Amino acid sequence: MKIIKSSMVGTLESSDIQIRVEQRDELGIKIQLKSSVEKQFGKQIRKVIIETLESLGIDSCLVIAIDKGALDCTIKARVQCAAYRAVGDAEKINWEVIN
Amino acid sequence: MERLRRTMMFVPGSNPSMLSDACIYGADSLMFDLEDAVAINEKDSARLLVYNAIKTIDYGNTEVVVRINELHGPYGRDDVEAMVRAGVDVIRLPKTERKEDIYEVEAAIEEVERKIGREIGSTKMMAAVESPIGVINAYEIATASKRLIGIALGAEDYATNMKTKRYPDGLELLGARTQIVIAARAAGIYALDTVYTHIDDEEGFKNEVELIKQLGFDGKSVINPRQIKPVCDIFAPTAEEIKKSENIRRAAQDAKEQGLGVISLNGKMIDKPIVDRANRVLQLATAVGLYKEEI
Repeated sequence: MKIIKSSMVGTLESSDIQIRVEQRDELGIKIQLKSSVEKQFGKQIRKVIIETLESLGIDSCLVIAIDKGALDCTIKARVQCAAYRAVGDAEKINWEVIN
Repeated sequence: MERLRRTMMFVPGSNPSMLSDACIYGADSLMFDLEDAVAINEKDSARLLVYNAIKTIDYGNTEVVVRINELHGPYGRDDVEAMVRAGVDVIRLPKTERKEDIYEVEAAIEEVERKIGREIGSTKMMAAVESPIGVINAYEIATASKRLIGIALGAEDYATNMKTKRYPDGLELLGARTQIVIAARAAGIYALDTVYTHIDDEEGFKNEVELIKQLGFDGKSVINPRQIKPVCDIFAPTAEEIKKSENIRRAAQDAKEQGLGVISLNGKMIDKPIVDRANRVLQLATAVGLYKEEI
């Protein structure tokens, strides 16, 4: 899947994470993360973001994430949604690849 | 033992915090809402939140229900696809008006079950009736599928459709409630009452729960964890009811052992409906831990 526009999903409420996905000219996924628990969970949050994007076939984008203590399943859901929004409305969710 | 459905707590599907904490309050069922509680521009994100939550979070013995958007709109089919794949216990249909509504959602569910190899029929359904025509068709709705576990009243839309509003005594809902509970009993499924939206009016809430218990409902939809305990308290059998039921059950057992067709207790004749009622009281008392003996 190719990112064709910016998208944003999620809120700044407790237990949520706001994810902004943007196009990136270079190959690779770059993450800018802000989290009150970055020291404890930063590595894990980044891992979930990258794994989720890779499972959707996205290998290039910028992710700006503001975490408010979200569970992994919430991070995954927000990234999946942001990714699908960023590839355009024509791309319907393929439930076969959402794990 | 039959499953208890005294409380079904509504949880907005768009709120990650509530989705993760919802099961700690002790509701018998949780209903994650993808319909009215979710803004149009967040339907996709709520669907993914609920999908991932169901797949990941262990809700224990709490039944997980998801209210989907109507099938003919732009979101309903994706809701069904996602929720069946996630392994939801029950899909709740909004605004059910006729048996065909059930058939259509059932076909959509079955299609996904086949696709993913999930046991056909394992995804249950419940119907919310929210219009006069839905109330009139309550029995045909309640008997439309073996997947149906219950039928519920959605009173806000119903009251508006009836050109009235919700009153404290609930008289405006009496016809609909009666029709729904009769349909549920005739079909052998659960009857669940509508929400009570004034969360600070505890007295009004309790009165309504007393009323729906009297009418024969199995439980009530709740919108706040604070409403769970009052419902459980009201639905729990009293010590006196348990004692009386125990005596009736013993008398029935004695009569059976002695080959007597007629059961009597304290000089009064006891017939089958009374024995059935006593067994139900003991079953409920056992389920809530108020009765320990084997039924």
